[in-house]
Amino acid sequence: MKYMMFVCTDTEPDTDKTDEPDIDVWVSENDARGRRLEGSVLAPTSAATTVRVRNGQLLVSDGPFTESKEVIVGYDLLECADLDEAIEVARAHPMAREGRLELRPLVDL
Amino acid sequence: MTDSFAAATADAVTAASADSYARIVAALIRVTGDWTLAEDCAQEALTLALQRWPREGVPGEPGGWLMTVARNRAIDVLRRASVERRKLAELAVLALADPGPAPAAEELVDDRLRLIFTCCHPALALEARVALTLRTIGGVPTADIARAFLVSESTMTRRLTRAKKKIADAGIPYRVPTGRALTERLPGVLAVLYLLFTYGYNADGRPAFADEAIRLARLLRQLMPGQGEVSALLALFLFQHSRRDARRDLHGNLLALDKQDRLRWDHAAIAEGLRALAGTTENGPYALQARIAACHATATSADATDWPAIATWYDRLAGIQPSPVIELNRAVAHGYAHGPAAGLALLAWARASGALDDYPLAIAVEADLTARHGDRDRAAALFRRAAAAAHSESERRALLERARCEDPRQRRSAEWSRESAAMPRQPESGPARP
Repeated sequence: MKYMMFVCTDTEPDTDKTDEPDIDVWVSENDARGRRLEGSVLAPTSAATTVRVRNGQLLVSDGPFTESKEVIVGYDLLECADLDEAIEVARAHPMAREGRLELRPLVDL
Repeated sequence: MTDSFAAATADAVTAASADSYARIVAALIRVTGDWTLAEDCAQEALTLALQRWPREGVPGEPGGWLMTVARNRAIDVLRRASVERRKLAELAVLALADPGPAPAAEELVDDRLRLIFTCCHPALALEARVALTLRTIGGVPTADIARAFLVSESTMTRRLTRAKKKIADAGIPYRVPTGRALTERLPGVLAVLYLLFTYGYNADGRPAFADEAIRLARLLRQLMPGQGEVSALLALFLFQHSRRDARRDLHGNLLALDKQDRLRWDHAAIAEGLRALAGTTENGPYALQARIAACHATATSADATDWPAIATWYDRLAGIQPSPVIELNRAVAHGYAHGPAAGLALLAWARASGALDDYPLAIAVEADLTARHGDRDRAAALFRRAAAAAHSESERRALLERARCEDPRQRRSAEWSRESAAMPRQPESGPARP
C-alpha cells in the first residue's frame, strides 16, 4: 500500500533528546529498502499561495488553507505492506519526536 | 416437543455460539478479508442451528457443524459475487474436520488472537475498539452495545461500519504483532478488556459485559500463556466480580467492602483468580492491582485485611503508574496499615498537585482519617462537605449519615445506629450460589 506521510510541526515536541534519529540515515535506509518512493521538505507557509475558481473567476490569495500553529513542513510517499509497517517507518523519523506525522493511505483507483 | 427439550436445544446453541462465534468470524475474516460477510455468515449459521437442532438433534461436534455451515454460506455469497478463484480454494479447505494442507507458521496463530489485536488496534478510536471487540469477538448484538454507549442503534451501526472501513482503507493488518510491537500493543488490548469489564461492573453498567470481559480474558490467557499481565488481568476481574452479589444493600445502594457479607462472595471465582495469579511473577500494573484485590478477596473479615501488604503493593503501583486516584488509595491503605496520621500525610502529598480538588472521595477519605485520628468535629464538617460534593444520591446519604455519627450533638444516638449497622445481615433471598 502507498501512504502519504505528512510531516508536521507540533507545539509540544518531545523533551527527551536521547538517541535522536538522523534524517539522512532514515532517508537512505528507507530508500534502499524501497519503502520511501519520494519526499521533500516544503518551503515555509509564507511562500504558500491558495488558488480557487468560483463562478469562472480565478481567486488567488496569499497563505495556506488554514492558519494554524501546526503546519505541514514536508512529505514522504511510502510503500509499505500495511499500516503497522508504515507506523514503524514513521516512528523512526526524527520529526516523530520534534513534531508529528500523519499517515494517509492513497486510494487505489 | 416439550418446552424443556426446546430449552435444552437453545442452551446447546448458546453454548456452541459462545465457543464458536469468534472462531468462525476470525477464520472467515482471515480468508475473505470481509468483516461484514464473516459476521453475517456466523450469524446465519446460528440461526440455522436454532431451526434444525430441535428437529434433527444437536450434532456431535456443534462447533464443527456451525463452522461448516458458515463456510458454505460464505462460499455461496462469494461465488455469486464471483471473486477470484484463490479465495474460493482457501475457503474450501476451511473446515475444522478437514484442516487441509499443513498451515504455514504464521497461520498456526489462533485466528481469534489476530481478531482481538486487530479490533484493539491503536489506529482505531478507543470507543470503536471496545464496540468492535464486543460485536465481532463477543457476538454481542449491536443494539445492546448501543444501549451501553447511550447512543441509538443506527449510530452504533454507523460507528462499527466506520471502524471496519478504516481497517480496510488504512491497511490495518490482520496479524498478531511480534517482538517490540507485541510488548507495545498488548497493554492496549488489555485496556480494552478492562474498559469492557468496567462497562459491565459500573453501578449502572450491563453485567453481561463483565461476563464477556472475563470470557475474553480467559481466552487471551489460554492463547498467550506466557504473558503474566494477561493472567493478572483475569485474576483482577475475577476478584472484583466475585463480589457482584454482595456489593449492594436491599435498596440497591453500593456497599463498601467492610459492610459486605463475605459469605456471599463467589469463592469459586476467587479460587480461580488466585490460581491465575499464582503463575505470574510479573509486577506490571495489573499484577499489582490483582495482588491488592487478592488481599481483600482472601480476608475473612474486614478487620483481618492485610493492610501492610496492600500498602506495599500501592507503593509499587504508584511508582510505575503514578495517578492521583492511586495516590489516594495508597493514602487509605497506609491509613489502615500504619495509622491515620500516616494516611493523612500521604493524602496531603497526593493533593499537592491539585488534581484531587473537589473530588468527593478525597474529602470523604480525609474525613474518615480525621475521625479515626480523633478529631470528630472536624471529621463531621468534612463528611458534610464530601456529601455536598457527592455525585450520587446514595453516596450523599451515606456521607451525611457518617457526618451525623461524628457530630457531637448526635453522638449518643449515632453510637446506637452504628452498632445496629454492624449487626450481621441476613443473606438476601435469591438463587443460592454453588
